[in-house]
Amino acid sequence: MRLDYSPDIKVIRVPCTGKVDVIHILHALEKGADGVYLVGCLEGDCHFLHGNLLAKKRVQRARAILESIGMEGDRVRMYNLSSGEAPQFAQYAREMDERIRELGPNPIKPGLSSAA
Amino acid sequence: MSVKTPSRLEKVLADGYFAVTTECGPPRGSDLGEITRKAEYVKDHVDAVNVTDNQTSVTRLCSLACCIHLKQMGLEPVLQMVTRDRNRIALQSDILGAAGFDIHNILCLSGDHQSFGDSAQGQNVHDLDSMQLLQTVRRMRDEGTFLGGDTINRPPEMFTGAAANPFADPFEIRVPRLAKKVAAGAEFIQTQCIYNLDKFEEWMKGIRDRGLHEQVAILAGLTPFKSAGMARFMKNKVPGMDVPDDVVKRMADQPKEKQPEEGIKICIESMQRLKEVEGVSGFHIMAIEWEQKVPELVEGAGLHPRPGA
Amino acid sequence: MIVAEQKPIQEIIEEIRGDHSVLILGCNECVTVCEAGGKKEVAVLASALRMHFMQQGEQKQIEERTLERQCDQEYLEELRDDIDRYDSVLSLACGAGIQFTAEKYHATPVYPGVNTKFIGVTEERGYWTERCQACGQCVLAQTGGICPVSRCAKRLFNGPCGGSTQGKCEINPELDCAWQLIIDRLKSLNQLEAYEVLAPIKDWSTDRDGGPRNVVREDVES
Repeated sequence: MRLDYSPDIKVIRVPCTGKVDVIHILHALEKGADGVYLVGCLEGDCHFLHGNLLAKKRVQRARAILESIGMEGDRVRMYNLSSGEAPQFAQYAREMDERIRELGPNPIKPGLSSAA
Repeated sequence: MSVKTPSRLEKVLADGYFAVTTECGPPRGSDLGEITRKAEYVKDHVDAVNVTDNQTSVTRLCSLACCIHLKQMGLEPVLQMVTRDRNRIALQSDILGAAGFDIHNILCLSGDHQSFGDSAQGQNVHDLDSMQLLQTVRRMRDEGTFLGGDTINRPPEMFTGAAANPFADPFEIRVPRLAKKVAAGAEFIQTQCIYNLDKFEEWMKGIRDRGLHEQVAILAGLTPFKSAGMARFMKNKVPGMDVPDDVVKRMADQPKEKQPEEGIKICIESMQRLKEVEGVSGFHIMAIEWEQKVPELVEGAGLHPRPGA
Repeated sequence: MIVAEQKPIQEIIEEIRGDHSVLILGCNECVTVCEAGGKKEVAVLASALRMHFMQQGEQKQIEERTLERQCDQEYLEELRDDIDRYDSVLSLACGAGIQFTAEKYHATPVYPGVNTKFIGVTEERGYWTERCQACGQCVLAQTGGICPVSRCAKRLFNGPCGGSTQGKCEINPELDCAWQLIIDRLKSLNQLEAYEVLAPIKDWSTDRDGGPRNVVREDVES
């Protein structure tokens, strides 16, 4: 199955979305990512009990932090699917890509380039 | 029973009569005329009038000033004092202030939490609790000393009371709790409004079993319902209140214009029943913003004229 | 432990607005356990602050560091060589740690990044509740091991008040009535007779009312 999604998306594999902490999300954005999304197993179907539910809360927390510093919380999102759903994976990738394009570039980028 | 103070309330009880007290809430302003008006309604029908102390933690004209005003009108005031707003210096100081105007009754309370009132951001003091305030008053009166140990010149002469809620939880300590208040020095008790008479009588039985009714005068608290809405509000919204369903139904079954009359009827019937309960020494009628109905209630319960009137 | 909670980020932003170089200083003790001011929270806050100011086009140097304790001289001393590099320190320690840091480094403003809430326990992760107000004269032996000072909204020594309803406090239906807890516990200890002992009038001079307190132990002094 060959499915298309934006080449701008960099996939980072983790053993479980429960491994991802708020700080990983923030650091990605601080380094210039325009958005961050987590793709975890379906709720109730975590191989590590409830890692995806932990991830969901951390995504909510990261979104709240972004809002509190004047950035769009929607740059961070969480999706869930089962491992057999490749078309769904591609669908979410396109959806995230579209959403981020609507929001535009990460607002810290001008600051980043002048610091460099 | 011999009396220990010049209190009229104490004398009525000592002479073996049912006592009748009522209460009067101070205004949210400085117009003492409101107190005068309420006092005029009740003056010939009660032995003493409680003045509430910033009840429900809403700031009002102070209890002590209203008590002085009532005294000057010829009524017998009961100074309500909560431990929420004053430390032991202020409490003792206000007790002396009251004593200076020959106010001879005090009701010791802890007070509603300030979060219910108009000053939720304020501190609460509770340097003492209600039982410790009872001990303080008795010590000032009986030993003639301040808590700090110094002698009081012309000590207060106050008949000392406390509140009791027979319906609050946990029920099993309701009688021991009263015993504690008696041990702390309470000479009279004014109870929470009684609507569940069966439960009240069960509590009274516990009081009698321990002989507490012989050590303290229990005045049964009553508040007439003005409407079915008020009955429902008391049932559902007021902490520590026990209003049985059949009482609410009895109010609700009446057409709206007949409800006030029904409320008065229920209140009179309650007093008539409670007069027969051994250990009940009188009634405390809290006709909230309905003071004009107090004479009708007192007469209806066969408690008029008042002794010595 | 001492339980704290991070201040709203807007308040923190206002505190450090005028400074170019700021050290976010965590503490490895209580505030780490209650997840308000440990290394992890320092990292998240620092990252958020850097991004905030970058959006505004401001170049701020926001660095991160976490000490073993901010309530101990020897650990605070570790900052000595670096402190002059910062315009200010934003401390995520409790009120004691923040002040001790400020006392140590007179020339550097030290701002609070947390609100210190109470002495309490972790009931479960993410849920902390109060247990002690440090009144200086413990009465737990008389009250079945449950504190009326910290757990009764009116700190009644002879409770409960008339507002106790089905085991809950009148001010908040989620809050246990401390006196219901005391009575239940005395019952399970077979000590319900202790309920009838009148609690004496408390000496509050050992509480904050007596002024700032100290403890002296000559035997352990160096």
